[in-house]
Amino acid sequence: MVAVAAPRQLPRLWHRYKQALVVGGIVLAWLVLWLVLRNFGTLPLDASELTPLHRWINSVNDAVGASRNSNPVFLYFFNEIRLVIDEFVTFVQALIAQPSFGRPVPVIGWLGVVGIAGFVSLVVAGWRVALLAVAGFVSLGLQGLWQESMDTLSLTLAAVVISLLFGIPLGIWAGLSDRANRVMQPVLDFMQTMPTFVYLAPLTLFFLIGPASATIATLVYAAPPAIRITAHAIRSVPHNTVEASESLGATRGQTLVKVLLPSARKTIVLGVNQTIMAALSMVTIAALIDAPGLGKTVVKALQTLDVGTAFNAGLAIVVLAIVLDRVTTAATERRTLPRWALFGGLGVTAVTVYFSYTYLWAAEFPADVEFGSSIRKGATSVTEWAQDSLPFITGGFKDFVTFALINPLQALLAESPWFLVALVIVVLSFLIGGARSAIVSAVCVGLLVATGLWQDSMITLASTLVATIMVMVLGVVVGVWMGRSRRADRLIRPILDAGQVMPAFVYLVPFLALFAATRFTAIIAAVVFAAPVAIKIIADGVRAVSPATVEASTALGSSSWQTIVKVQLPMARGALTLAANQGLIYVLSMVVVGGLVGAGALGYDVVAGFSQSNLYGKGLAAGVAIVVLGVMLDRLTQAAAKRWTN
Amino acid sequence: MARHSVLGAVLVGALALAGCGGAKVGDSSSGAAGDCGTFNLAVNPWVGYEANAAVLAYVAEKELKCKVTKKELKEEVAWQGFGTGEVDAVVENWGHDDLRKKYIDEQKTAVSAGSTGVKGQIGWYVPPWLAKEHPDILDWNNLNKYADQFKTSESGDKGQLLDGDPSFVTNDEALVKNLNLNYKVVYGGSETALIQAFRQAEKDKKWVIGYFYSPQWLLNEVKLEKVKLPEYKAGCDADAEKVACDYPDYDLDKIVSKKFADANGPAYNLVKNFKWTNQDQNTVAKYIAEDKMKPEDAAKKWVEANADKIKAWTAKA
Repeated sequence: MVAVAAPRQLPRLWHRYKQALVVGGIVLAWLVLWLVLRNFGTLPLDASELTPLHRWINSVNDAVGASRNSNPVFLYFFNEIRLVIDEFVTFVQALIAQPSFGRPVPVIGWLGVVGIAGFVSLVVAGWRVALLAVAGFVSLGLQGLWQESMDTLSLTLAAVVISLLFGIPLGIWAGLSDRANRVMQPVLDFMQTMPTFVYLAPLTLFFLIGPASATIATLVYAAPPAIRITAHAIRSVPHNTVEASESLGATRGQTLVKVLLPSARKTIVLGVNQTIMAALSMVTIAALIDAPGLGKTVVKALQTLDVGTAFNAGLAIVVLAIVLDRVTTAATERRTLPRWALFGGLGVTAVTVYFSYTYLWAAEFPADVEFGSSIRKGATSVTEWAQDSLPFITGGFKDFVTFALINPLQALLAESPWFLVALVIVVLSFLIGGARSAIVSAVCVGLLVATGLWQDSMITLASTLVATIMVMVLGVVVGVWMGRSRRADRLIRPILDAGQVMPAFVYLVPFLALFAATRFTAIIAAVVFAAPVAIKIIADGVRAVSPATVEASTALGSSSWQTIVKVQLPMARGALTLAANQGLIYVLSMVVVGGLVGAGALGYDVVAGFSQSNLYGKGLAAGVAIVVLGVMLDRLTQAAAKRWTN
Repeated sequence: MARHSVLGAVLVGALALAGCGGAKVGDSSSGAAGDCGTFNLAVNPWVGYEANAAVLAYVAEKELKCKVTKKELKEEVAWQGFGTGEVDAVVENWGHDDLRKKYIDEQKTAVSAGSTGVKGQIGWYVPPWLAKEHPDILDWNNLNKYADQFKTSESGDKGQLLDGDPSFVTNDEALVKNLNLNYKVVYGGSETALIQAFRQAEKDKKWVIGYFYSPQWLLNEVKLEKVKLPEYKAGCDADAEKVACDYPDYDLDKIVSKKFADANGPAYNLVKNFKWTNQDQNTVAKYIAEDKMKPEDAAKKWVEANADKIKAWTAKA
């Protein structure tokens, strides 16, 4: 072999070999020191214990609350913002969701909304998607959730419109200016990984209880994808296109409008799509501050563990998500509609809107045609069956993973002295990404210690790593399958969509029965939410491998297995690392949900901080710790990706 | 061109069809407004509270002709609403000394409106089968004897004490330490987690001990038994680190915004006079949780059967 290897290859191989040795050595040293120093310097903090920092945050929070009615910033700044947003949301609700303008029903009834949805889909996305949209909206009515769905749709649309209003210009700016981009990145990281529970209560202090707070809570989480993807789209426009435009004497403004935006259009629409999905995933959380709609139905049903009703409402959210996703995805393709179809569609839509304005049968969805009750009953009996017959198997699986994977990893991270873990992290960062990575990691580790929640952070980190491993295993297995088979893709994709937007608590109720309130349940919940993203990315990556390469490999007599392992996966390296990165971030965004089902640690700290005012400061600190973990892991995986793909 | 005429025919047909029948919007409209005005009622997320709120809202709407706006909020957010003027009343409050201090004593935006008549209890509970087979488990002195049975994947080599709903104050870590119990507090993190654990424990005869409270609708279905801890004496929980006694009994009360109280309208009067019993609340809670009735229907059913109580609440002061 040595003789065959090109002379340049040799030192590189040797270098890699040496590095593996070094990493192995570090881990070994860590294990030995762990044995000696176990449970020393772990910086633990009891659930009800506070640090001075936590108390200080509490006092700031109290002071802000107490000065609310006299502070000019509140009176003239936040109040104005609140008024504008409130008016906007209430207006959309008046159109499609709530009785308004002295009428017992909204301005546009169900028939009109279905008509409009169908027509808009027809224009931007074509016949097939239009049919899907009509069927989807009708099914919302059949589920017995018309009004709730329209409330949710109003709030989502309002949040999305405002997100885009600010997000796209900001994204363009970040795409054009490196400095703007550098400043925005950490802010966006913060917005996406800071748990909503941390800012939910303060939001109602700033913007009062009502649509404005719910909308703002939603858009804090939903706007970042629009900004990021727009910036990315602008940056990806080939340089020579821009140069050509400039050499022809175009001004910067002209280049932007005539060249950059049109070339980036497709990608920007994907950003819109991601923003809609993110907004819909906030529906249940916003319900905790009285946001109207399907989220309320879910939250209420869960008080009595009524999985059937919660599932029905969750399904309505999934239906809305799938319709909006397919419409926006299809909108990336340019299409022209024949004139007769355009005007015919417009005519039919006008008629439906008129009917729904005038006649009761077209305004209120008929209550006696429905399948909502069957869905509720079906979901309830499936859940009961699963809860009765599976715990024996699932409990064993839970115990196996817990003892074989979670416990050892957690023991190593959370029972080592903090300085030992810190040292290991910094050294590994140096090996992965050089001095820069090492500095970033060192700062992050310092911040974790400063939050006073070091041990909780390490427990959460252990669970996060286990969840990410499971996400990647699923991602590779299902992603390759979907990437190689169109049919598998078509069948699985809707399930993945459901996993992403179905409110977690709907499936957590049966999960609690199957796996009890444990760290494992929290991990499974995170996997359900994060795996779809990883699977989709890997599937797209595998599909993007040029067919010619795959054919060549098959022609040379490779088996399917060889083709996958030797050709498709290595060539989809970029997708794999992106999947790992996104998987991690998504897993981290479920830490708080995990806290609700037995994960303890940072997730529980955040939840408790939301519920008890004297734990508020600690909850906020825990939120910051989650953000810090996110930033550290994100930068590390990105550095690793860079190394690996070069 | 033929296509145009087809479309036209479809449209005309549809129009004709609709014109034939169907009630028009606005044919029958009813508007009622009394002198009560708007009553902003917070609804905290548990069924017992929902029962209180449903009955109060029903009476306020039907008898006093108020316009009731229910706002579904967590406690913390609801109390905050007193100051911003968006919440008039919280009608089942579990202690919450921290919130009292902040909003009643310091910010002076809230005042107490007396007891709801419902007694709340917090403590450690075991499923009924366990209490039956091992009656001595109901005394904390014997808990260490059974610690091994309560081991789970989360509790290491100790017994698991399942804690849970982060909304309530818990002294459990201090209790375990100060009573020298060989247990580890595991944070389930939500009421849902606790209910599932106890339900399954009873069904499959599993060993579970955990933090719970009454009144709670689950107790209608699974009659959990309370474990006796060292008796509560006033002040024994003053130092959170050194607690070694049971939780106090809570007199669940009503809190209203200062503005609402000062205005002294009919809705305030109703809230002030509202008083019923654990039994009453359990009845309405059962309608909601087990019979799956809508809160307003559950309230209607109870109100119609208890007209005399309502009279006392709505009597002019």
